[in-house]
Formats: sequence, C-alpha cells, structure tokens
Amino acid sequence: MDRFRMIFQYFQSNSESVMNGICGLLALASVKIYTSFDFSCPCLPQYNMAYGLGVMFVPPIALFLCGLIFNRQSLVMLEEWRRPQGHRRKDLAVIRYMCSSIMQRAMLAPVVWIVVTLLDGKCLICALSGSVDPEKFVGFANTSTVQMQQLLAKVPCKDDELMRNNTSRKAVSRYLRCWSQALGWSILLILIVAVFLARWLSPCFNQATILQARHWSNYIDIEQKIFEETCCEHSRLFAHKCILHFFESMQREVKLHSFSLPRKGERAEGEEDLLQGIADQDQVNKLLKMWYYEKPPLDI
Amino acid sequence: MDKFRIIFQFLQSNQESFMNGICGIMALVSAQMYSAFDFNCPCLPRYNLVYGLGILLVPPFILFLLGFVLNNNVSVLSEEWRRPRGQRGKDPAVLRYMFCSMAQRATVAPVVWLSVTLLDGKCITCAFCTAVPVEALGNASRPGLSPGEMERVLARIPCKDIYDGQELIANELAVRYLRCISQALGWCFVLLMTTLAFLVRSLRPCFTQAAFLKSRYWSHYIDIERKLFDETCAEHARSFAKVCIQQFFEGMSTDLAAARCHSPRKAPADAGEAAEKLLGITDQGTMNTALKSWHRCKPPLHLHPPALPSSNGWAGEKQSPTPPPVPRKEMAAYYSRV
Repeated sequence: MDRFRMIFQYFQSNSESVMNGICGLLALASVKIYTSFDFSCPCLPQYNMAYGLGVMFVPPIALFLCGLIFNRQSLVMLEEWRRPQGHRRKDLAVIRYMCSSIMQRAMLAPVVWIVVTLLDGKCLICALSGSVDPEKFVGFANTSTVQMQQLLAKVPCKDDELMRNNTSRKAVSRYLRCWSQALGWSILLILIVAVFLARWLSPCFNQATILQARHWSNYIDIEQKIFEETCCEHSRLFAHKCILHFFESMQREVKLHSFSLPRKGERAEGEEDLLQGIADQDQVNKLLKMWYYEKPPLDI
Repeated sequence: MDKFRIIFQFLQSNQESFMNGICGIMALVSAQMYSAFDFNCPCLPRYNLVYGLGILLVPPFILFLLGFVLNNNVSVLSEEWRRPRGQRGKDPAVLRYMFCSMAQRATVAPVVWLSVTLLDGKCITCAFCTAVPVEALGNASRPGLSPGEMERVLARIPCKDIYDGQELIANELAVRYLRCISQALGWCFVLLMTTLAFLVRSLRPCFTQAAFLKSRYWSHYIDIERKLFDETCAEHARSFAKVCIQQFFEGMSTDLAAARCHSPRKAPADAGEAAEKLLGITDQGTMNTALKSWHRCKPPLHLHPPALPSSNGWAGEKQSPTPPPVPRKEMAAYYSRV
C-alpha cells in the first residue's frame, strides 16, 4: 500500500506540472514542425492566398485539437459534465474552471505556430503578394492588370527566371515581411500583456471561488485516478483467487481419480503447496486443456 | 510471489502508457524511415503513377500490420475470441473494446507516414506529374507534340536533369504547383485525422461511459488473469522440475549404492547442508555417470512419492497409478556392465 501512496502523492503534487510539460512539448513540436516543413509558395495568382492562409491557419487548428486530445483532464471534465446527478451535486463553477484551464493550455501551441509564422514572414508574403498596391513599386507600375497580377504572384519565388534579379521583387518582399513581422511582434506583445494582467488581477476577483474550483477539480482528477488504480488492484486479486480455485478444483479431481493416500514426506511443505498435487505430465496437460476449453466462471 | 506482484502492479498501472510509448516510438520510426528512404522517381509515363502511389500507400499498410504484431494484446484478444464458452460467458463488448483500442494505436504510424509523405510532396509530384494542366500553366499550343509525346515529356518533370520540356511548361512552375496541391492535401488529411481522433475521444464520455467502464475493467481482467496463470504455471513448472531432478539424483545415488553393494553413505551429523546438497554423489566417476545418464535417459515426467527407508528406491512406485518407469531398468543394466 505504501507504494501506491507514494504514487498518489506524486500525481497529486504534479498533476498540473505534468499537463504543463505536455503543453510545452507540444509548443516545441509546433516550432520543430514549422522549421522542418518545406514551405513552397505556388506563385500562381489564384493559389497564393489559399496556400499562404492555409499554412498559417490549418495547422493551428490541428495543434489545438491535439492539445485537447493529449490532455487527460479534458476527458475528466467531459465525464463530470455528462454524468447523471445521482447523489452528488454538480458544480458548474468547477466545470467552467476545468474547461478554461484546458483551453488555455491547448491554445499555447497554435499561438506559437501563428507567431513563428508571422515572424518568419514567408506565409504572409505568399498570401498577400497579389494584393499589394503596385503603384508603390517602380517595377510593377507600368504593366497591364493581368500581367501585373502574374508578376506580383511570382514575388515569393526568388528562383523564378522572371524574378531572379528583379529589385522591385525584393522591395515588395521586404515590404510584406516588415508588415508580417510587425504583426507578429504586436500579437506577441498583446498576448503577453493580457496574460500578465490576468495573472495579476485575478486575485482581486473571486479568489475564494477560484480556490474552491481548483480544489474540487483536483479532487475529481485524483478520484478518477484512484478509482482506476483500485479497479486494477481488484481485478488482480480477483484473477489470483480465480486461478487458485481452478488449481484446487483440479487437485480435487486428481485426488478423486488416483485413489492414492495423501502424500506427506520429506518434501518441503512449500513445494507441496506450489505443486498443488499436480505432479504428472498427463495431469499438467489435462489442467492446461481444461483452462482453455472451460475457463472457470467469474464467481469466487 | 511478492516480487511478481510488484512487477505486475507496475505493468498494469502503466500498461496504457507502455502501449502509448510503443505507439509513439513507431510514429517516430516511420518519420525516420521516410527521411532515410531514397526516393527515386522513374520518370516514365506509366511507372510514375505506380511508383508514387506505391510509396504512398504500401508502407502505411505494412506499418499498420506491424502495429498489431507489436501489440501484446493481439494474442489475448484472439484467445478470448476463439475459446470455447465453457462455464464463462463471452462478452462481445469486451472484444470490441480490445479491438478498437488496438486498432487506434496501430493507425498512428501509418497516419504519420501519410502526413509526412504528403507534406514533403515528392510522391504526389512523381505520381501526378503527367496530369499537370498544361493549358492553364504552360504553352499547350506548342506544335508537334502528340499526346503520347507530351506525356513522356511531362513524366520527366520530377527529374530535373533530364527534363526537356522547358518551352512546354517550366519545371519549377510544375513542381511548385504539384507540391502546393500535395501539401494542401497533407494539411487537410492531418486536420481530418485530428478531428476524427478528437471526436472519438470526446464523444465517448457523452454516450457510453458506463459500458466503457465495464469493458475496460474486464479487458484488464482478462489480461491480468492470463499473466497470473502463466506465472503460476511457471512456478509450478519450477517446483515440478526441482522435485523431478531431486528424485533423479536420489535414484542415482541409491542405484549406485545398490550396484556397489555399499550401504547408502550417511553424511556425518555435523557436515551440515553441504553434505546434503551433494545428494550422495561424491566422486568424479559417479558425477560423470550421472551427467551421462541425464543426457541419455531423462526421467519420466511423473513425480513419485518420497522414498520409503530401504535401499531400493522404487518401493513407493507401487502406489502410483501410472506404469512403472522402464528407462530406470536400462540404467541399472548399464551399471552392471561397468
């Protein structure tokens, strides 16, 4: 029992840090996926916007869902929300608290992806290169509309034969990257200020309710873990008893059929117990066959 | 028993995380395999499609089967499925639960392979390079190209060094187009899979929680019962072997004593445990004979009751219901030759 107590204490003190760890790993994974992803803008008028915005917004949705999937507490919260009332009242404040803490942790990886994308700039350059005002740039000012669209669409592709040494391309690219990075830094600043304010000002509002909600959400989490552990322990004991009963019934059958006196002798008592009176190749084979063909009933 | 109990408790409490660990390792292995694989598009009209789609679809199938093979619970599931009913009823919900949890874990590595392949783009570029819309992207009006010729030229798109259709459609343009389509497919696939996983995981507590708890308990029970049974059989086999070997040595020493007309040597009272452990065999010749006899003529798998106090070690044999051990007689004959 001591070992279980140690494990439970560990889980109790570290349930939050385990979840924070998973959340951090997911954020690191999102940066790694972005750096290993080979971004290649199609440089075609209709496809650029879809591709750029797709790469900027679809992976964050997938990362958010992953954050919800990998978080154990989301299941606990759902179960608590959907359970029948029974003898235990449901406290909506606890469910709200759990929901908000899950959402906050799941939002980290998508936000990291979006910020990294913006600070890198490739996505926005690809998406918005067709929407710049061509009058601002010397190289694009005097072309017809369709050709201009095509040229602008090729801006993200440095190696394209038309764009290889085009200074206007570099100008458009720098312009868009500047906007992208400004947007990225602003979003980062706003988020950090928001988090800072939330953490500093939260004690001013409803601190007692928050403490209660946190306690009971921890309680629900631990209760579920302990229930699972107890079920495992119970099924182990159940199986142990079931198998012992089975061996004993086989021993009784053997005694019935062999008409021999009960054997006592120089063999140690321990060995006799372990052998369960089954001391013959045929008896062992019969035991194994019985185990397969007729498992004992689940009734000890 | 205690040691085994602690190990089983650890495995059981961590069985899910053990399985999840294997599943994660397989996903990493599949990503690593893809990056180590040297993709070589054949750049020929009909072969491209077969090669590209083959690389896209065959390894995930193999990884899926491997996921089942590496999962210890497959044999538990099939045993539970095929066993005769006997005195214990069979619950199809438990079988379904076990199969679903194994299938879910086995699909992770194939999904990772498919995502990585689509996001990388080489497979789709190779498979569908002949389907590039030349009218929209290039100069389809270039004269003198039959459809077969055009297909042959387009098939060389993935192989930059032998591509000769630069006037038809620029190589970089075609590759960018195909890669864009491939990556879009890849991200949509990733999004679809994570949405499915999220729905599967979150709809369960809303609808079938009680049935789920029951199935989970009984599937754990079946697994633990099997492990405990194996462990009990192993302990039984150990005791069986110990007694069998002990009886073999006792038989040897009494046989030798009978053959040499010596009374069985009784160790002096103060020699202690060491003398007992020698089992009456105290010289090189006897030991060699014992070893030879063990190899040539192993004792039957039948533990007779302990020896009555007489020089003939087989007196107790009459009590057993099984036939007398013929091999022992051969052994005695061997000694008389010596």
